[in-house]
Amino acid sequence: MNLSFSPEDAVLVLEDGQVYVGEPYGALGKTTGEIVFATGMTGYQETLTDPSYDRQIVVQTFPHIGDTGVNHEDPESKRIWVAGYVVREPSPVVSNWRADGSLDDDLKREGIVGISRIDTRKLVRHLRSAGVMRAGVFSGDELSDGKGGVKSVDELLDVVKATPQMQGLSLYDEVSTKEAYTVEPCGDFEGKKPLFTVAAIDLGIKGMTPHRMAERGCRVHVLPSTTTFEQIEALNPDGVFFSNGPGDPGEADAIVALLRQVLDAGHPFFGICFGNQILGRALGFGTYKLKFGHRGINQPVMDLTTGKVEVTAHNHGFAVDAPKGEPVAAPYENGKYGRVRVSHVDLNDDVVEGLQCLDIPAFSVQYHPEAAAGPHDAAYLFDRFVDLMKSSKEGK
Amino acid sequence: MPKRTDIKSVMVIGSGPIVIGQAAEFDYSGTQACRVLREEGIRVILVNSNPATIMTDPEMADATYIEPIATPILEKIIAKERPDALLPTLGGQTALNAAMALGEAGILKKYGVELIGASLDAIDRGEDRELFKKVVDQAGAESARSDIAHSIEEVDRIAERFGFPLVVRPSFTMGGLGSGIAHDEEELHRIAGAGIHYSPTDEVLIEEGIEGWKEFELELMRDRNDNVVVVCPIENVDPVGVHTGDSITVAPCFTLTDREYQKLRDIGIAIIRGVGVDTGGCNIQFAVHPQTGRIIVIEMNPRVSRSSALASKATGFPIAKIATKLALGYTLDEIRNDITQSTPASFEPTIDYVVTKVPRFAFEKFPGADPTLTTSMKSVGEAMALGGNFQESLGKAMRSIDKRHMAFSWDGEKPDQAEVDELLKAIHIPTEHRYLQIQRAMWGGATPQQIFDATKIDPWFIEQLRQINDTALEVKAAETLTPRLLKKAKLAGLSDLQIAHLRHLGDEGENTVRELRWSYGLRPVYKTVDTCAAEFDAVTPYYYSCYADESELRPREREAVIILGSGPNRIGQGIEFDYTCVHAVQELGKDYDTIMVNCNPETVSTDYDMSDRLYFEPLTFEDVLEIYEAEKKMGPVKGVIVQLGGQTPLSLAARLKAAGVPILGTTPESIDLAENRELFGEVLSREHMNAPRYGTALSLEEARQAAHNIGYPVLVRPSYVLGGRGMEIVYDDAQLTKYVNRALDEAKADTVVSGRLPSPLLIDKFLQDAIEIDVDALFDGEELYIGGIMEHIEEAGVHSGDAACTLPPCTLSDDQIRRLREGTYAIAKGCGVKGLINVQYAFMANTLYVIEANPRASRTVPFASKATGVPLAKAAARIMAGETIADQRANGLLLPKGDGGIIRPGQQVAVKESVLPFKRFRTPVGKTVDILLGPEMRSTGEVMGFDRDFPHAFAKSQLAAYDGGLPTKGNVFISVNDADKKQLPLMAVRLVELGFTIWATEGTASVLSRYGIESKIVDKISTRVDSDPEAPVQIQHARGSVGKNVVELIEDGKIDMILNTPNSRGSRSDGYSIRAAAIAADLPQFTTMTEFSAVLLAIEAVRNNDYQIMSIQEHSKQLFELESREF
Repeated sequence: MNLSFSPEDAVLVLEDGQVYVGEPYGALGKTTGEIVFATGMTGYQETLTDPSYDRQIVVQTFPHIGDTGVNHEDPESKRIWVAGYVVREPSPVVSNWRADGSLDDDLKREGIVGISRIDTRKLVRHLRSAGVMRAGVFSGDELSDGKGGVKSVDELLDVVKATPQMQGLSLYDEVSTKEAYTVEPCGDFEGKKPLFTVAAIDLGIKGMTPHRMAERGCRVHVLPSTTTFEQIEALNPDGVFFSNGPGDPGEADAIVALLRQVLDAGHPFFGICFGNQILGRALGFGTYKLKFGHRGINQPVMDLTTGKVEVTAHNHGFAVDAPKGEPVAAPYENGKYGRVRVSHVDLNDDVVEGLQCLDIPAFSVQYHPEAAAGPHDAAYLFDRFVDLMKSSKEGK
Repeated sequence: MPKRTDIKSVMVIGSGPIVIGQAAEFDYSGTQACRVLREEGIRVILVNSNPATIMTDPEMADATYIEPIATPILEKIIAKERPDALLPTLGGQTALNAAMALGEAGILKKYGVELIGASLDAIDRGEDRELFKKVVDQAGAESARSDIAHSIEEVDRIAERFGFPLVVRPSFTMGGLGSGIAHDEEELHRIAGAGIHYSPTDEVLIEEGIEGWKEFELELMRDRNDNVVVVCPIENVDPVGVHTGDSITVAPCFTLTDREYQKLRDIGIAIIRGVGVDTGGCNIQFAVHPQTGRIIVIEMNPRVSRSSALASKATGFPIAKIATKLALGYTLDEIRNDITQSTPASFEPTIDYVVTKVPRFAFEKFPGADPTLTTSMKSVGEAMALGGNFQESLGKAMRSIDKRHMAFSWDGEKPDQAEVDELLKAIHIPTEHRYLQIQRAMWGGATPQQIFDATKIDPWFIEQLRQINDTALEVKAAETLTPRLLKKAKLAGLSDLQIAHLRHLGDEGENTVRELRWSYGLRPVYKTVDTCAAEFDAVTPYYYSCYADESELRPREREAVIILGSGPNRIGQGIEFDYTCVHAVQELGKDYDTIMVNCNPETVSTDYDMSDRLYFEPLTFEDVLEIYEAEKKMGPVKGVIVQLGGQTPLSLAARLKAAGVPILGTTPESIDLAENRELFGEVLSREHMNAPRYGTALSLEEARQAAHNIGYPVLVRPSYVLGGRGMEIVYDDAQLTKYVNRALDEAKADTVVSGRLPSPLLIDKFLQDAIEIDVDALFDGEELYIGGIMEHIEEAGVHSGDAACTLPPCTLSDDQIRRLREGTYAIAKGCGVKGLINVQYAFMANTLYVIEANPRASRTVPFASKATGVPLAKAAARIMAGETIADQRANGLLLPKGDGGIIRPGQQVAVKESVLPFKRFRTPVGKTVDILLGPEMRSTGEVMGFDRDFPHAFAKSQLAAYDGGLPTKGNVFISVNDADKKQLPLMAVRLVELGFTIWATEGTASVLSRYGIESKIVDKISTRVDSDPEAPVQIQHARGSVGKNVVELIEDGKIDMILNTPNSRGSRSDGYSIRAAAIAADLPQFTTMTEFSAVLLAIEAVRNNDYQIMSIQEHSKQLFELESREF
């Protein structure tokens, strides 16, 4: 390992002392966060703008990043959320008919500090065996000692170690919309009267999620994480949705409490990712941190209700600890919410990927049926949500 | 869903001979299928006519039939073996067509054989253009606007509607045979006319032109539970217009966003469902408009394809193996991912490296052929490379091609503006040289925009090429090669050799660069192909090199043997060498850790579970030495085997040895003894053996001198191909003068100084009317074991690789066989061979001549092994590792006594026939290139005919090599040269007795009539020389003629077979139009009398009797019985 570096370099320092020297990418400066790796071969723009990556430094395993530039259609939110960016080869040109800018420019404009031209595979193998950890990227003035030399690794390591651990961090308020907004039906339903009204709590929601519901004729009210149950009720929703988001689900008591109110009211409920973990907790299950998480768009998940396998997009570092197999009574308040079963599992490592309540109209998945980036195999889950709202409405 | 229990035996059909568009990738897929089936306890019945395959090894199936893939033969096998099911999706288009034919003939139904892997309906929907269009439509996707035509009139009507350019695609052909792009009416008529002919259903699709669009492919798999995964996306660097087999392709996609890629994926999944590929794989090709993103589905193959082989090797996801399991009823989630062992196959591989495939062409073998790359595939092989980035992988892939002047070069002067302008014009037309031209143009200052305007290659790739060029120029200009710059050069894919050239370091430059690089500690590291971008631990040692920090090699305990493969398939060095390498791996794996190095994705040797370690790396000195150095650190290395992979590894032997690498088997010095003409001449004279006399010449005077010393006739050839002119047999001074003058003319562009050629002509004695013989043997320093003696059916003069041959030899006497044995012993001993040796001999007037000796595995080793039931390459590998022939007799690899040179009464006869690619190659005006066989090898593959006697075996070889085989009745056209006229009457009489009608040219007819043999007289065409396509055709009306010339008769479908021996004293291009027309019409044609006498015997045999089938397992048993009877 080349441990000597100069002020022109960028340096990645891991909390366990590993150091990678490369070239600066994006903005110069300093950034710290939890370092995680994403294995998708496409979709860097969606990844960067996914609020679930808040406070994380993302390593791309795919060697060439930025080839197709950036466009205004693909972002999943209004800004780049990753704390830092680690790639092997940034593209020198942009080549795509939809592109309207370069990724490098976007990173610089949004002040995202990155590093390029390092052995990303070595780094990923290390994270895989050692687990994800805190890290920092340093370049420019943050690397220079101001006297023509560079700061010492120990100095940089101290900065890394001062960064908070992801476990125990509550982040959804940080990424959630401050103002409520509405997504109207689109596609075949454009301009038509909404079939259903959905109250979607934004815990870090991706733009594609309300879009997928709007495509199915729903009007979606995207609401801040601070929304109260009464505010939800005021919208008279046909269904309630809790989104994906960053941080430790173990630190989301307020949101768990909100969901219990929703469930108590008998609203059809659908949760994705963080929303799945919240449902798990509301039902009385625990959550835990995975060693290196699932971040990719090639993950095989089996829908245990049909036995079919779908290739799915994942971005989660935590998971629900629920028993697989036969349905069980949800532990919360002696089975208050009736029976629940694990509906989906990841075939790579058997991690719980979905929950389905059998006695109340609620279900959730840990992965991303809205894809973006990723395959559309799981889009049927939005149909299930619509069906759930429909039968609930008809039952009313 | 677990495995089906109702299938107990499965018949697998292979793809037959290697041809362009259907190559060794199907040996890889078929071998995987057989292995899976056997692991599952299923009885495997295998049919393939190609003996040079691992799949036809006796241990791969329960019953292996090396038989023609033809309905009547397949029915016999089905009747005998009664398989429960037929798996047709792993043997390319050949197997799929064979299954369709069996289905249509009602044979599958009659014997209750279930088609698994794909139903007849699904095959139909995937392959039939109109049905497929409907599927695409229902999938919510677009096809190019198109219509079907069965005649030129229909074609014209469609052209009026769509306008030009138009693409023509014949239905049911493989590798895009007969496809092309027409820019005007004339081109349209030519391409569509040929296309209607090639299509077995006389059907072509005419569609709107989408040239210049971006081209992508997806490899998909589906199981019976309707789970679908995309194994790998592939992007073609060459835009639409160049067949994907001829394009540089990369994996995965580089220029699509996720949304665009997912759209392709959605369409792909909808199509695989719509077509109804229930279990197995398919390949779908897409065109994407570079400015609008409009997607057009080009086509799909409802089977394992060349691209699936590429995708498998690129990702580590074994498509053929998994397709077989799916056909048996497993679902994707029930199949384990071999590489991780912990995760299932129901996922999509993600890769963290870049894969580049570069095609290898053989235009130099087909002078006169149009080198333009089109939608009809013309490449004969390919190399794949993996790198840490695109530039690295491209550089590695280009040097893997192993062809001179096919890597980027900055030698000589920087191109001036005039040259740049010319290059920019040249790259408009895709040829095999296009990327080199682009690089040169950039060196001369061409801008990326100019390159894009000319080629429509995506700007992303052009920018990468620009960066490679910039880095090279930086290396060229730098004062010193700093560690940083050298690393940058390696990351740009530049080899030590290229860097040495850039820095003008002279002959030893590559070593200088390497020493500098090593002094900087700049060495490649080895990463693992793991299907998952390092998310999970990989247990499979499948490696590629790149310049990065961490190497993933693991220490070894056992001693290792490194086996160098043969690189991309090419004419003269094909699947036969992969076969021998795989055998070495299989055999040595029992005692050593075997380490395979190869760069050809279409092979069994590059399957990650064949060897203990697989390096997917270029076979160059630099790359091989680095592997050796890296492996030495991981554990003991016994040495490197160079003699099994053909010329490519053999040519590295001396330098590897000089660099301290132990070479196993025959030493580099011994190799030199056999390969160096003068040294070999000394060996022969010491042993009192004859070689044809030879000489070299740089001028006409020297050539005459040499020819007179040698004595006419002589064989003349340039030491490299000049202007497409190859070898010629020359009979006198006048012809020699003509040849040399033409060579001088054509060499003008090069530097001819005062009547002297830039490089010498080689002049050899031509052995007229000789019988040529190939001998493959093993030698351990003391004992000789003859593997096989193969007698050529054509007389000498035809390249041994193109000649048909028979084993055992049919006309040799015991005394001649004894002399061959003694000669081979003397040569093997004299050269110091340890392992395999191949010697080519000729008997002329019962004098034995040694033509050449190759101290390595030869092309005929697999054929000889199959025909004699002995695994020669396995025994050779052990001998190279230091064992003796006696050891091999004892361990059962070789016969306990005797050898393959002994003819046992009652033994089956095997005939090898070559398959030639002439149909693929057209002159710029659309004519077929000349078929005449000569001293230059041009065949791509081989088949074996196997039966109780020579006539039956020969007949089978013809049936396997040519659709329909030999005719048993009809019209034979005969035109023979004066020398051959003496032998003709007896053959003609026999033809008439068999019921054929003879049609002949005037001269031939006149001779026949004097023998009282009737024939119809046909007009003669004066020769059209291909170099002058515009020359008018002159027809000489003969007295008593039927009023038509032979070409017209062929085109009218009046002729069933042709005997046309070339006029030996004239130019060998005589008779060209006849041969061209015959190829176009798929007629069997013979150009030597010896071969035609074999044909007559074969026709009689087929008419009188019937073929007998025998599996090679039964054959082997019979051989052993015959052997024990001798006790």
